[in-house]
Amino acid sequence: MTLGSRLIPILLGISIVMFGAAPFVIDTAPYESSMGLIQRIFYFHVPVAILLLVTGVLCGVASAVYLAKRTLRSDALAVSLAEITFVFGSIVLVMGPLWARKAWGVWWDWEPRLTLTLVMWMIFGAYLLLRRFGGPGSEVLAAAVGVFGSVLVPFVYWSVNMWRTLHPKTSVVPSLPAPMMGPFLWCMAAFVVFTIALVIIRMRLELCRAALERAYVLLED
Amino acid sequence: MRRVWRAVRTGMVTAGLAGFGLVASLAAQAETEFRPIEPGDLMTEQLPATPLVFAAYAVVWVALLLYILVLWRRIGRIERELADVTSRLESRGR
Repeated sequence: MTLGSRLIPILLGISIVMFGAAPFVIDTAPYESSMGLIQRIFYFHVPVAILLLVTGVLCGVASAVYLAKRTLRSDALAVSLAEITFVFGSIVLVMGPLWARKAWGVWWDWEPRLTLTLVMWMIFGAYLLLRRFGGPGSEVLAAAVGVFGSVLVPFVYWSVNMWRTLHPKTSVVPSLPAPMMGPFLWCMAAFVVFTIALVIIRMRLELCRAALERAYVLLED
Repeated sequence: MRRVWRAVRTGMVTAGLAGFGLVASLAAQAETEFRPIEPGDLMTEQLPATPLVFAAYAVVWVALLLYILVLWRRIGRIERELADVTSRLESRGR
């Protein structure tokens, strides 16, 4: 049993406890003055959005390492992170409109933050499609797509500061008052622990798949 | 007895039709008259936030739970297949 396998139940257990307590922790936060109850989406929406960007960057780094060194582990890490980025992107792109419907009066607006997030999500979707249907050699092509997708991350992050947008600016999180910062950090920690568990699980799947391919090659020889 | 039952039934049908007519007439009034808001009128209509917040949290929970389950099933299938291929390799002495 590897260290990663031993860590999975521990990390999942910690994140389940933290997620279970999250509604009670969030309930201690005061209502935001202009948005009221709907602002509570923030406590899950922003951690997932931050981790979407972090996993996107890490996928780009792992893809670059794979392009340079062609190691199995860097490829496994890249594909794992790409899939998690896609899942987080899907969650953010569903949660965001639910918040926007109340706060802005529309489900969607083609403003820079939302549009760039959608484009980034589609790029990581393309990465996964390439891996699934690209055939032999698609790892290299997908790694290039991974690097390209990660390049979008700074644009997604700073889009709210660079262009005039409806979306709240990046200054919102650092300027949170203490009663809101505590629940936010709690949810952020829960999502970080859960994401580490997800990466380990997904990497294990990818390494097993690679071992299976090698075993089939040996069997055919 | 049959007469009483018929009277009750007729009464129920009449009341139902009257109620339907009343609702229909109110609806008809609402649909045929649009009144622009006056400067002094207070707009109280608002979209409730609770269903949206619940939906948002449900999306996260359901999506992550489904993803974990899918991963678990994929790992289980591949590990079973790997064990099968490995045993076939071992039986061939490799």
